[in-house]
Amino acid sequence: MKRLLTLIALALLATIPVARAADMPFRIGYLEWSEDPRYRNERIKAEYPLLPWGRPFAAAEQAIKETAFSGSALKLRFELLKREAADATAMVEMIKAMVTAGVHYVIVDADGAVMADVAKRTAGLPVTLFNIAAQDDALRGAQCSAKLLHVIPNHAMLTDALAQYLVLRRWSNVLVLQGPLPADAALAAAWARSAKRLGLKIVDTRPFKLGLDPRERELNNLQLLTGSKDYDAVFVADTDGEFARNVPYQTAKPRIVVGASGLVADAWHWSWERDGARQLNNRLLKAAGRHVTSYDWAAWMAVKSIVEAVIRAGTPDYAKSYAYLRGPDIVIDGFKGFRMGYRPWDGQLRQPILLNTGNYAIAVAPIEGFLDPVNNLDTLGFDARETACPKAQALGSGSGVAK
Amino acid sequence: MKPVHLIVAASLLAALPASAGKLYISSEKDNAVTVLESGSLKPLGKIKTGDKPRDLVFSPDRKKLYVACGEGSRIDVIDTATDKVIGKLNVGEDPERFVFSPDGKTVWATLEEDGIVSGTDVASGKRLAEIPVGDEPEGILITPDGKTIYATSEVANLVHVIDVASKTVKANISVGNRPRRFALTPDGTTLWVSNELSGTISIIDTRTNAVTGEVKFQPKGFRAEDITPVGILMTRDGSTAYVTMGSANHIAKVDVKTRDVKGYLLTGGRPWGIALTRDEKTLYVTNGQSDDMAVIDVASFKLAKAVPVGRVPYTVGILE
Repeated sequence: MKRLLTLIALALLATIPVARAADMPFRIGYLEWSEDPRYRNERIKAEYPLLPWGRPFAAAEQAIKETAFSGSALKLRFELLKREAADATAMVEMIKAMVTAGVHYVIVDADGAVMADVAKRTAGLPVTLFNIAAQDDALRGAQCSAKLLHVIPNHAMLTDALAQYLVLRRWSNVLVLQGPLPADAALAAAWARSAKRLGLKIVDTRPFKLGLDPRERELNNLQLLTGSKDYDAVFVADTDGEFARNVPYQTAKPRIVVGASGLVADAWHWSWERDGARQLNNRLLKAAGRHVTSYDWAAWMAVKSIVEAVIRAGTPDYAKSYAYLRGPDIVIDGFKGFRMGYRPWDGQLRQPILLNTGNYAIAVAPIEGFLDPVNNLDTLGFDARETACPKAQALGSGSGVAK
Repeated sequence: MKPVHLIVAASLLAALPASAGKLYISSEKDNAVTVLESGSLKPLGKIKTGDKPRDLVFSPDRKKLYVACGEGSRIDVIDTATDKVIGKLNVGEDPERFVFSPDGKTVWATLEEDGIVSGTDVASGKRLAEIPVGDEPEGILITPDGKTIYATSEVANLVHVIDVASKTVKANISVGNRPRRFALTPDGTTLWVSNELSGTISIIDTRTNAVTGEVKFQPKGFRAEDITPVGILMTRDGSTAYVTMGSANHIAKVDVKTRDVKGYLLTGGRPWGIALTRDEKTLYVTNGQSDDMAVIDVASFKLAKAVPVGRVPYTVGILE
């Protein structure tokens, strides 16, 4: 192996730098929110299914590594320009500075509120932001922007995937446990929408609260929370994750748990091995030094999207690559089988969703039999008719290239 | 996956080759190569190999069969007279596909995990070259003069043109998405590469390394995302190409000159591997998701038969 590495190093020295030194750098911005509470140490260590297990930057770097050859025809060398800032105001300043330096694509790792604020305040700049973290449905609806593309799937996509799977299994009656956070309410609302859409019945929605206070036991005691009524599955709407991890195997009835623990719908899983994913997971594992999550995949995928658009447009010109990125011809390989591209009406990356247990992706949605008139991937999340993005018309959904 | 029902047309069975040859089919999940008698399709045995056998290639003298075992990180060598594994060749980690140099002395292989094309001396096992290419290299083809190697990178969406003498990449050709495999016209001027995710063939002029055309596929009833061409071969006269369509469960017949698709034929679940007999009367296609092999009568372009050949059949090799 060592000999092999030496040989590779020698070969690289012999060929690439000579050829590439003259190449023009094409820089992609990568912006982190330094105060992001999702990355507090105890949160990362807990490895909650729907939350990041570390900063995804290494995955973006891996995607850059994979461009070593692809930029050569255009004499472009893809690079990341990484910055961090403490709040939305500082992030906006960073993006302005990047644009001044000739950067037109910026990957942003922040939560929904920060993302919405940053997107709004940079909408007038010649820059497109890539959301790799915020799953809020509102960002694809009322807060949508032609300059904001979403690589990470939104809640409605995840809940549609899960609902399709429950329909397949005929587990039709669902008890919902909902946490106290506004994001929990949003996730529960997404689930209610999916359940209604796919004919599942929500037998009850019960609020929960983390804690052991005996005076609040109807909120914190799982035996009580999951008792009295019958159901096939418990959906846990818990964006924090700590409560949810306690629910499987502790329900009053022997029923499955879905949502934030148990069977979890997500963009990626480290065990996914079909469609070439084994090799990608190996590369990302090596780059990140840990198993990767949907957030890592999204950071990797954001870079791949930009590179694909620039290469196919055949020029570093922003307007041309942006047009290709938003156009109907783009084919992005996300190692989930389907060809992917961004929805014209709300900028969401259409993609299959994996259904994950702790250590395996057991199924992938769209589940066979769930059909869309044009693209079955649009059975997941908001299609052109359902979109609440007021700018949908301007973004292209009415232009005949909707899908 | 929808079940694919295959109807055996008795009249077509007559088209099966009469000569007593053998068919070798690698099964990814069985870690074995299945051997069939080519005329009767009678099973002759199973040869245990390393883990995840995929590509298989005969030595130029056809006395040996080489089988790339991806997980086993080796190529197993099978004696085609006895059908026993008689040795192994180390070409590097996770070999995907490979070819012999025209003199049979060197094996050139794509190493999926490391992004390398390796050259290995068959007699001594000595590594002659390790050429870095784009990630997940897959398809590999060497020109009949042995001077040029073409390799695809599934991740970089490139065809690398490698100069054998200097062991360097001399050009990178941007093609469709997830390029998989090759066919070269007999005059050597035109190279076809299958793009699995784009659902197309890119046509490359080998004199200029420019992409000069594209073949698109539209089998009836399938959507763009189901059309995933992988396997590809051309007839000896270079007039016709056959392409396996992957998720679309069909193979396509293409007129090479006009680039028109002449027809589609349902073969089974996810056809990838394809091979043609020397008399060019029979095509064999391995269906990875229905665990069988389709036998196709070339003249009528109809399915003659389908036989079970182990779990996830990958490549079929014909010994005549």
